[in-house]
Amino acid sequence: MGRPQTIGSQAKPQLWDFPGGLHLPEHKIDAPIRSMPLPKTLVFPLAQHIGAPAKPVVEVGDKVLRGQVIAEADGYVSTPVHASTSGKVIAIEERPVAHPSGLSARCIVLASDGRDKAAPGRTVEDFKALELVELRNIVRDAGVVGLGGAAFPSFIKLNPGSARIDTLVLNGAECEPYIACDQAVMAEEPADIVRGAQLIMHAVGARQTIIGIEDNKPRGIAALRKAIGEQQASNVRVVVVPSRYPQGGEKQLIQTLTGREIPSEGLPLDIGIVCHNVATASAVWRAVVYGEPLTERVITVTGPGIKTPSNLRVRLGTPVEDLVAAAGGLAEQGARLVMGGPMMGFALPNARVPAVKATNCILALRQADVRPEEPAMPCIRCGACAEVCPAGLLPQQLYWHARAGEFDKTQNYNLFDCIECGCCAQVCPSHIPLVQHYRFAKTEIWAEEREKRKADAARERHEFRNARLERIDAEKKAARAAKKAALQAKKAGGDPVGDAIAKAKAAKQAAPESDSKATDDPIAAAKAKAQARKAQKAQAEGAVPSAAAAQEAPKDDPVAAALAKAKAAKAAKQSDDKPDSDA
Amino acid sequence: MLSAVLALTALAVVFGLVLGFAAVRFKVEGDPLVEQIDKILPQTQCGQCNYPGCRPYAQAIADGEADINQCPPGGDEGVIKLAELLGREPKPLNPDNGVEKSMPTVAFIREDECIGCTLCIQACPVDAIVGARQQMHTVIVDECTGCDLCIPPCPVDCIDVVPVEPTVSTWTWPKPIDVAELPREAA
Ligand code: SF4
Ligand code: SF4
Ligand code: SF4
Ligand code: SF4
Repeated sequence: MGRPQTIGSQAKPQLWDFPGGLHLPEHKIDAPIRSMPLPKTLVFPLAQHIGAPAKPVVEVGDKVLRGQVIAEADGYVSTPVHASTSGKVIAIEERPVAHPSGLSARCIVLASDGRDKAAPGRTVEDFKALELVELRNIVRDAGVVGLGGAAFPSFIKLNPGSARIDTLVLNGAECEPYIACDQAVMAEEPADIVRGAQLIMHAVGARQTIIGIEDNKPRGIAALRKAIGEQQASNVRVVVVPSRYPQGGEKQLIQTLTGREIPSEGLPLDIGIVCHNVATASAVWRAVVYGEPLTERVITVTGPGIKTPSNLRVRLGTPVEDLVAAAGGLAEQGARLVMGGPMMGFALPNARVPAVKATNCILALRQADVRPEEPAMPCIRCGACAEVCPAGLLPQQLYWHARAGEFDKTQNYNLFDCIECGCCAQVCPSHIPLVQHYRFAKTEIWAEEREKRKADAARERHEFRNARLERIDAEKKAARAAKKAALQAKKAGGDPVGDAIAKAKAAKQAAPESDSKATDDPIAAAKAKAQARKAQKAQAEGAVPSAAAAQEAPKDDPVAAALAKAKAAKAAKQSDDKPDSDA
Repeated sequence: MLSAVLALTALAVVFGLVLGFAAVRFKVEGDPLVEQIDKILPQTQCGQCNYPGCRPYAQAIADGEADINQCPPGGDEGVIKLAELLGREPKPLNPDNGVEKSMPTVAFIREDECIGCTLCIQACPVDAIVGARQQMHTVIVDECTGCDLCIPPCPVDCIDVVPVEPTVSTWTWPKPIDVAELPREAA
């Protein structure tokens, strides 16, 4: 045991600090990972993370195997969804999902057949022999996303693009009270985490890995140090960081470990760092080398409202009520269920929603634990919120502007750097639900942007349509003008009908002199008749295209109608609004 | 003293001429104000403002012909934005132009009843309806602005106006109820 202890701790690594933060009661369990019995029904939401939802590739009634793709990625920021056990697809429909809105979303519902038969996969002997693109594709096709809670597709973070990466930071801080799944994974799968670190370093071109772990997780720290020693991974080291919420925030951990600060609205990439969760590293490794898609994860089911708080290995898609049952059930009827931790989690609308890739914790609170909603009092400008903000923001300013609906001003105060950690609201003596105000402002800004994009598209389509109508109109006019010109040319030059009439007249005039000649000239008569026929035909032909054009162009054009209306309104206004506007 | 006054006057005249010339010579093509107004308008292209689309209404506002409260889809929020841009007092929507919908809507064609007459296609200002003569027509939901212009021309009344329900990805957090907004200074 002596050897692993010394690695990384020979010289106490230098640590930096992030501003603010809180010391919160930990309430963490240190329990081994337990596997759950297979659930009877599993529900797979098609949208499990930001970006485009996946598209179903199975139909109701299809039999599927464990690890089989049931919905494929659609777009770049998208990953496929896999069946997490074998069984039959029994529905593709709207189901309640784990989302703060309490709304339903499209899900694939699977009835397990209890056999848990796996689809054949392919394995990789030497990941270094793979092209980097291929490596990323394997990770994407395996549906691996960040398991720390944000569930961002991992393959994207394996692609640094043109950025030069020197360091991979693995996040094992797990700072939020109650959540304890990462500690369990570090304690029980340390070897895969270290191997995953090598793989990710290879993919992004980093030279070293720093695994940051809070000092309250001795089991995880020891296991990882041992694994590093066994694999002689001199480029990977564990750095123990002080326990302080939100140490596990990406920016905060990177700042603590490297002293480098991510610019506002920037990414770790911008400062040469890539950051993944420890459990994600293990999942990436298993996906590439064993060909295992992401079909399960470890979830902490805990809280004072749970009989036997546990770390469970859960098949994705398992209803939360099954998780609760596997953890001994609720300690009290009517306990409130929260997905995530007490600081950043959200209340679940009901216990039938499925556990998804982003689910790290199910927290059950008794009635007595739920802090009664205290009425918000006016802000007294005490500044306590700014003192604890780990992002160095001015929460009070953000609050004022969000409340007033001045969203552009909230952005001037870097609203989008707020990680919604809840520190500010926790210390606010006036009990102002600050984070809710920020979430409100953020989603409103996104909605505005969506509307703007939609409006721009509508403007473009409208302009395009106007241009088309104008073109058709111009074509119609041109056709009419051409016809007119042709008619005039005929009149002036050789109008056959006119010619014939003139000829006939001339013949009549000539008749007294040579009557017989006129009536007896059959050739001239026939010629005149034929010419007249031709002229008629030409006229008829000329009419056809213009009729077609008229059909193409809308008869009762709403735009024209509106134009007329506008003109009328204008006239009316000019006549009776004049005295009004002067007043 | 006199020479100074004369010199200043001469300078003023010269600069005035230069500025006047510059204003004519370097006149900006297009009207940025119209663009700015048009950016605020919702681009529903519904004609409720009594102009044949948002852009003509923007032009009319810029020309001082139309008031800023004639666009129901833009709602009071739109009026406020226009008022801000133009430095005027906001005012309530003119009810003559219609009322703001409480919720965004799109058109939905009951396809088995559609006779394929193409009248709705001709009415749609943003080409959001696809279909050919004598074949059923469909509204491309993502392109539909909810202007309702396709509703009246349909001879068999097979177009419904359906509200756009929020989804998990478009849902927005409600504004927290804020007791602090009540006047409490005295308490
Ligand atoms: S902690 Fe609360 S009361 Fe104090 S300044 Fe911040 S928002 Fe205002
Ligand atoms: S919720 Fe946002 S504003 Fe409040 S402390 Fe956390 S990062 Fe700062
Ligand atoms: S009323 Fe309709 S056409 Fe007029 S500006 Fe508003 S959205 Fe555009
Ligand atoms: S489909 Fe109907 S409601 Fe939608 S934009 Fe076109 S005309 Fe307007």
